[in-house]
Amino acid sequence: MENRHHALGFSDQDVLKMYDIMLTARRVDERLWLLNRAGKIPFVVSCQGQEAAQVGAAFALNREKDYVAPYYRDYGFVLAWGMTVREMMLNNFARGEDPNSAGRQMPGHFGYKKLRMLSHSSPVTTQNPHAVGVALAAKLKGDDIVSFVTFGEGSANQGDFHEAANFAGVHKLPVIFMCENNHYAISVGLKHQLSCDYVSDRAKGYGMFGKTFDGNDPLAAYLAVKEAADRAHRGEGPSLLEANCYRLTPHTSDDNDMTYRTKAEVEEAKKHDGVLTFAAYLRELGVLTPEREKEMEERIRKEIDEATDYAEKAPFADPMTVLRYVYEEKD
Amino acid sequence: MAVISYIEAVTQALKEEMERDENVFVMGEDVGKRGGVFQATKGLYDEFGEKRVIDTPLAESAIVGVGIGAAMYGLRPVAEMQFADFMLPATNQIISEAAKTRYRSNNDWSVPLTIRAPYGGGVHGGLYHSQSMEAIFANVPGLKIVMPSTPYDVKGLLKASIRDNDPVIFFEHKRAYRLIKGEVPDEEYVLPIGKADVKRDGDDVTVITYGLAVHFALQAAEKLAGEGISTQILDLRTVYPLDKEAIIAAAQKTGKVLLVTEDTKEGSVISEVAAIIAENCLFDLDAPVKRLAAPDAPAMPFAAPLEKTFLLNPEKLEQAIRDLAEF
Repeated sequence: MENRHHALGFSDQDVLKMYDIMLTARRVDERLWLLNRAGKIPFVVSCQGQEAAQVGAAFALNREKDYVAPYYRDYGFVLAWGMTVREMMLNNFARGEDPNSAGRQMPGHFGYKKLRMLSHSSPVTTQNPHAVGVALAAKLKGDDIVSFVTFGEGSANQGDFHEAANFAGVHKLPVIFMCENNHYAISVGLKHQLSCDYVSDRAKGYGMFGKTFDGNDPLAAYLAVKEAADRAHRGEGPSLLEANCYRLTPHTSDDNDMTYRTKAEVEEAKKHDGVLTFAAYLRELGVLTPEREKEMEERIRKEIDEATDYAEKAPFADPMTVLRYVYEEKD
Repeated sequence: MAVISYIEAVTQALKEEMERDENVFVMGEDVGKRGGVFQATKGLYDEFGEKRVIDTPLAESAIVGVGIGAAMYGLRPVAEMQFADFMLPATNQIISEAAKTRYRSNNDWSVPLTIRAPYGGGVHGGLYHSQSMEAIFANVPGLKIVMPSTPYDVKGLLKASIRDNDPVIFFEHKRAYRLIKGEVPDEEYVLPIGKADVKRDGDDVTVITYGLAVHFALQAAEKLAGEGISTQILDLRTVYPLDKEAIIAAAQKTGKVLLVTEDTKEGSVISEVAAIIAENCLFDLDAPVKRLAAPDAPAMPFAAPLEKTFLLNPEKLEQAIRDLAEF
């Protein structure tokens, strides 16, 4: 087995951390489904099958400076970006302490100013022009940052996708558009969403760099996003990246995916699941030892247990706060 | 005190705010070298350069959406919609995003964005260069909608909109751009958003309106004064959220209220004003609250006689005020 991470400048510790975050996102997600089926939380929207692309991407950005506009499946990304498991659980329990929205939004609708993470809504792709606006503002201010935004392949058909991409292309802005192509927009598969082979083919139409990579491989994600970020810093403008992933769960806890795809198809995709294949890679190189793996699983489980307990016991926001923050409140 | 036109007030407000705060910039279609199709941004490109006076691609959702992102970053964008009629592609960005960002993030993020849009008829603009779009946005908490009638109000309220920390839609009546002139102080001033203004005092009938119709009401009132009818005129200035106190006080003063809008009637801003009066002024009224508005037809046609029929004019207001006075 070829050591690919050393060639990218990553230490063994770095890739263990990467895997740790991917695994944490997966285990959080699995716990959310259990909590949902147990009637404790009303809704789950999953990241399963997209963690590798998300975490690899985050490692290629400057986590102290860059601005990000993740979408609702980005559990792996936001964890890598600094959100804690406890904060995610508070978000899923819709508690007052949830830093994303204090329980105002549905789960997975991230936003955290402290982390330079824009707030987003449910109508998809509206965040793309926002990310472009951040890049435009940074350029006006002379700030050397990158603005990173994610969305699904269904979203790549929205007007806002095209308007944002064109604007960024025309103004040569430091934006990275990363499409997490999980092959399904709820029930509608790729062949009814796209008539081109790849979402990244569209980059040419906007005069920007485009690239599709293996979304099950965090190192491929890192490499692609790093290349795009380097280009942005050099003033070479935006990039359209496409992570080829697969959505391993139904669209949400309210969906039944067996009405539009087969179990055999999902089982086949699971063989390429990035969490499993990256673990296999690390095991083969002797980086992920049985002891480390055991320690990791136990620690993550404990962290999720504690976060779940904390969030479950945490209060909802005071109902009267429903009237607050419609506009700026001046003292 | 200098006398300037309505559109000069727009340009002056933009220029002064850009000079005052380097975070203010304008963006839109043709706002750069061309200075805007109406010349509202005339001279700004030469003074501030292409970085702060940005010609955008022809894509309204991006103009607003990119403005939202820049505002979240900490700048104060002024996004121009070339015509209010063309802002519908940006409606999702305005209603789902700009209006709700502060609320949905529990006060973490805010969007200090101003969206300027010329609206209104009487310029042979046909269906799609004449409409009043305020009612579409006047049911959206999180937004503020300003619709001034005079150069003085334009300047003071546009400056206030740019300094506001929440999204403001600033509708400018395009027929008023060169038709309406007025005095503006030489010194710096800012007017409060959310406050209506009594443009004429009177005892017999109250007219509550906004935009160009304020001037029609003033002309009608002047004429009716000769007949012994005294008309009070309240200019809403901000149509969302409404200045309820001023509306109630104005209705109570005369007990006879005429509500006027250039917009189509049903579901218009003045219908909400009527509801406020109905809820608060039952025992003060001496006549039914009346509405004068455009017909409930899609929009005003291009052909001159048809456009004229659709539109308000001082004579229509005069008759409606007289009818109420005689009730």
